[in-house]
Amino acid sequence: MTTGADWSPAAGREVLAARARLLGQVRRYFAAAGVLEVETPLLSFAGATDPALASLATRYSGPAAPHGAALYLQTSPEHAMKRLLAADSGPIYQICRAFRDGERGRRHNPEFTLLEWYRPGFALSALIDEVVGLLHEVLPERLREERVSYAQAFGRTLGLDPHRADAAALRAAATRAGVPGAGELALPTRDAWLDLLMTHCIEPGFDPRAITVVLDYPASQAALARVRPGDPPVAERFEVYAGGMELANGFHELTDAAEQRRRFAADNARRRAEGLPEMPVDARLLAALDAGLPDCSGVALGVDRLLMLAVGARDIADVLAFPLERA
Amino acid sequence: MMRAFFRPLDDDDMATYSTSEFKSGLKIMLDGDPYSIIENEFVKPGKGQAFNRVRVRNLKNGRVIEKTFKSGESVEAADVVETDMQYLYNDGEYSHFMHPETFEQFTADATAVGDAAKWIKEQDVCMVTLWNGHPIGVTPPNFVVLTITETDPGVRGDTSGGGGKPATLETGAVVRVPLFVQTGEAVKVDTRTGTYVSRAKE
Repeated sequence: MTTGADWSPAAGREVLAARARLLGQVRRYFAAAGVLEVETPLLSFAGATDPALASLATRYSGPAAPHGAALYLQTSPEHAMKRLLAADSGPIYQICRAFRDGERGRRHNPEFTLLEWYRPGFALSALIDEVVGLLHEVLPERLREERVSYAQAFGRTLGLDPHRADAAALRAAATRAGVPGAGELALPTRDAWLDLLMTHCIEPGFDPRAITVVLDYPASQAALARVRPGDPPVAERFEVYAGGMELANGFHELTDAAEQRRRFAADNARRRAEGLPEMPVDARLLAALDAGLPDCSGVALGVDRLLMLAVGARDIADVLAFPLERA
Repeated sequence: MMRAFFRPLDDDDMATYSTSEFKSGLKIMLDGDPYSIIENEFVKPGKGQAFNRVRVRNLKNGRVIEKTFKSGESVEAADVVETDMQYLYNDGEYSHFMHPETFEQFTADATAVGDAAKWIKEQDVCMVTLWNGHPIGVTPPNFVVLTITETDPGVRGDTSGGGGKPATLETGAVVRVPLFVQTGEAVKVDTRTGTYVSRAKE
């Protein structure tokens, strides 16, 4: 129940202007780089299977679905953009809204703006160079850059090997590092313990005045990235941190349809085990991979967080016209 | 009974809150003690486990600690009620309070009354924190008027208030007052900071 007293925007006029400027800079950057701007549906019959992502759902009834059909609001435009790539779109980018249920906090709003782009023929390192180049272009101040592997980040901060330590060792490390309540936490997977350490111990140690790129994630956190065989095998995935925030997540994209099918099934098996709803698998993405996704790297960057960094905002609400509470 | 009236409505005897309900002021049970949430932060990697990191105050001893929850977990609600009550008297061991509408009386030990003992007089209305119906904390009014029982005579004519001097109040509390304020006078004190505000008007 609202009285409407909070009708006015949360972000000030000058921040709204900074957002418009930022979007303009991004579009000019990609136009100059010959990357095509595209739009894909926000609503899809398929949802995200990743157990860490909760899709918002709605219903459509009418022509093409006279008896009504469930539609999911996208958690990212990844599937649709890969279908364009499989149809020989060439390099593409999109600025769109993404939606994630259950996420609201100082750096989260359930509806947020993503910049996602794909570069056929780019190795991961070339895409990282481009992300860093774009950040230098749009941020008012030039930040130092650091690249570190996931294993190095854990090794130097916690003195452990994140690829091999078991859940008990990770819990012990969290307790030693003073994560409050780590002793009593019940977490479902080894990866959840890695996430706890990443968010509570590793990330806070990154220089907020630097762009920190973390590389070579555990194979168990590959999501839609390729896994590079080795000892240990690692996901060809990177994350970009700046200003104490996770800004971007990129992959050397998985193109193997059979492997993608296995991962979707594994996601749904974990969903069943954790009592989460199973999600309809995106058969059109799988068919596109069967048809042939070109070798490519892709990345998604949180535009609202980038704007927070550009204007020095501490809370995502300060850069949104109408955050959830005023939506 | 008042307790039943204020209790969270729930079929179960044990009410719980999910992390989605966390906000500052929410009262929860941790390790057998009641706590009040001061700050709640939602932390989640883009592709990973979500957490709620909270700062909480122990309502029995005032100590502030931090705690991390897995988002979606549930925590037992603390049956904590904050209600205005009239301070009646101290019997040497316990302080007695009365609810102004139900006239129900409550006894609080020195730990529960804490620093409030320095400021409250009989008849004052305080905020009493009840846990499972028992007082565990007392918050005095923000401003109280108390009479000075002892202070140095000081220098007449000095109204600058620059230096000040200690003055003992009728409750035993000691506050710094300007030099011109004398024994027997009533002064207004801010209990949150323990500082003199002004002379009380007659």
